[in-house]
Amino acid sequence: MTTSTARSRSSGTEPLLQLRGIKKSFGAVEALAGVDLDVPAGQVTALVGDNGAGKSVLVKTVAGIHEPDAGEIYFEGRHVRIRSPHDSAALGIEVVYQDLALCDNLDVVQNMFLGREDLRRGLLDEDAMERAARKTLADLRVRTVRSVRQQVENLSGGQRQSVAVAKAVMWNSKLVILDEPTAALGVAQTRQVLDLVERLADRGLAVIMISHNLNDVFRVADRLAVLRLGEMVGAGPASEFDSQRAVELMTTGRYSGGSNHGAPTPAEDGR
Amino acid sequence: MTSGQDAQENDRASGEEAAERKRQLDAVEQADELEDDDGAPLEEGDDERSFRAYLRGWWTQIRAGQSGVLPVVLGVILIGIIFQTQNAKFLSPGNLVNLLVQGAVYMLIGMGEVFVLLLGEIDLSLGYVAGIGAVVVTELVQPGTNWPWYLAILAALVVTAAIGALQGSLVTRLRLPSFVVTLAGLLGWQGVMIKLLGTGGTIPIQNKVVNSIANGTMSRLGGWILIGVVVVLFAFLTLRQDGLRRRSGLAAPGRIITYLKILVVAVAGVGVVLLSNVDRGVGPYHVQGMPWVFPVVFGVLVLWSFLLGRTRFGRYIYAIGGNAEAARRAGINLSWVRTVGFTLGALSAGLGGIVYASRLQSISTSFDGGTIVLYVVATAVIGGTSLFGGRGHPLHAVLGGVVIAAIVNGMALLGLSAAIQLIATAIVLLASITVDVVVRRRGQTAH
Repeated sequence: MTTSTARSRSSGTEPLLQLRGIKKSFGAVEALAGVDLDVPAGQVTALVGDNGAGKSVLVKTVAGIHEPDAGEIYFEGRHVRIRSPHDSAALGIEVVYQDLALCDNLDVVQNMFLGREDLRRGLLDEDAMERAARKTLADLRVRTVRSVRQQVENLSGGQRQSVAVAKAVMWNSKLVILDEPTAALGVAQTRQVLDLVERLADRGLAVIMISHNLNDVFRVADRLAVLRLGEMVGAGPASEFDSQRAVELMTTGRYSGGSNHGAPTPAEDGR
Repeated sequence: MTSGQDAQENDRASGEEAAERKRQLDAVEQADELEDDDGAPLEEGDDERSFRAYLRGWWTQIRAGQSGVLPVVLGVILIGIIFQTQNAKFLSPGNLVNLLVQGAVYMLIGMGEVFVLLLGEIDLSLGYVAGIGAVVVTELVQPGTNWPWYLAILAALVVTAAIGALQGSLVTRLRLPSFVVTLAGLLGWQGVMIKLLGTGGTIPIQNKVVNSIANGTMSRLGGWILIGVVVVLFAFLTLRQDGLRRRSGLAAPGRIITYLKILVVAVAGVGVVLLSNVDRGVGPYHVQGMPWVFPVVFGVLVLWSFLLGRTRFGRYIYAIGGNAEAARRAGINLSWVRTVGFTLGALSAGLGGIVYASRLQSISTSFDGGTIVLYVVATAVIGGTSLFGGRGHPLHAVLGGVVIAAIVNGMALLGLSAAIQLIATAIVLLASITVDVVVRRRGQTAH
């Protein structure tokens, strides 16, 4: 399983996104207790953890929906503050939420351009938008969406996910965050979406994928980051994990099995 | 991987119903046809093939639950047949023109309601907002005040738009349910209307221009010129758009389709002019030519269709109605778009009210805005606009207005009582929303 994705992707010199000591509390509940995370460009970083581990909160911190109580965010080596979704979009961070945020009554092109429509003499430039949408889908080799002028309502779950991902990629984004992209998908559609996730990384984008499904994670992830109760209990290249180790980290925060060939001890990967 | 494999994979993996699979495959097939157009522009020889592909695509869409205006068009034909067999006068040119003039009020207010319904809201006050518009115009052109007709109309539209903006602000800023805000409007604006009219008042309109909006007609030649301009403009714009799409390598409908569309518009236009130009007077009176209210309704239809179809604002109206959360995440200013939607709705209603007053050449306290607004919601829904937001078009209000007017007119012609008329209208409304919901449900079994 772990060997299925031997990567030739460049790991880059410096991670695109670095989180250092991120803390976030909601009242008495400490959702994030000082989390470190490195997200390199051109790689898929899988963020795994049980329910309530803080995955969503962490992602929302990066997306600008929550501002962290403490800690620093570095993007392309620069210290940044992300206070609103607008800030994160300006940096080139796009989030594909689990509910996809697509309008069923609009077609594929209209959804991909929602809020950023091309105008020509003050009016919608449908032809230019259609060309750009087709190009993006073709670049991502999304072949399942055949007609870009059909309403999203008529698409299958996998096609909708593809459209949502393509929408996120369109805007010169550098980091794409996918929240459970394969939940609620069948086997074939899951494979299509995972292929798409790999292609994003191949194009040099940094990808964070939240997932419950370890099969999916080990298929595409270059790196793993395991959250448990608001703490990063393990992070490193995917080759240093296997299912058992990941599950144990997720549930107990420790790994008791034989730690062969010097896998990183929990929470030591990020400095 | 080829698309065939893709489709097979899909099939094997998803345990969806066979019919659903068939539908998806159809969609893929249809898209294939479109894809073929990609590289080279369509040659003349491809026309027949593209025509068949177009029909097939249309049929696929209908089966997928996007029947558009088809049910209402069939409904109009059915109603026409029913009434014509009962009373041969029903389809006479005079009665048809009369019917359309009757329907104009519902059409105009209905086009306003479409804005609000598209947002997933409802406006119950539009009937009495129309009443306010009617009263403002009537009062301002009275001999005492004596404003010119255009200023009076402008003032009425400003007042009704302001009412819409106020109600829209209450809905968006204070997050009050639109149902309640506009229910309050239904009561409140009736009160204001009665107050403005004074006790027991029927105020006649003496201004000739205002009265001729609904009662005056164009010259016969005027009708021909107007329709000529509209058809030529439509043909020019359609051909140009298709040409641009072909040249930039996008799938365009085949030329036959384009010509057919233009032909349909031309035939419809010529039909309306011929209908209007027949002398429909009684006895010594001669009445002929197109009523001025036709171009008024048509102008509003074109304007609102343009706004909804070609501008960002229109796109956002649909987006908010479809998925408000997605619209918010896309950075759309929801409050602003919603407030403007309510404002334009009330503005259209104001225009409808002016036409109402013009037709009666007066306005009185017996103006029943409550019934009107129910008819207006029915008008939009019968035409195919969804009550749940995101789906609809001003054209629906016009077609629905024809249905409502045909029922009211036809039953009056048969001498049926008001009670029967109300019951029949209720049945038509229920039938139309049943079609809407059932068809949509079938379309949505997709996931």
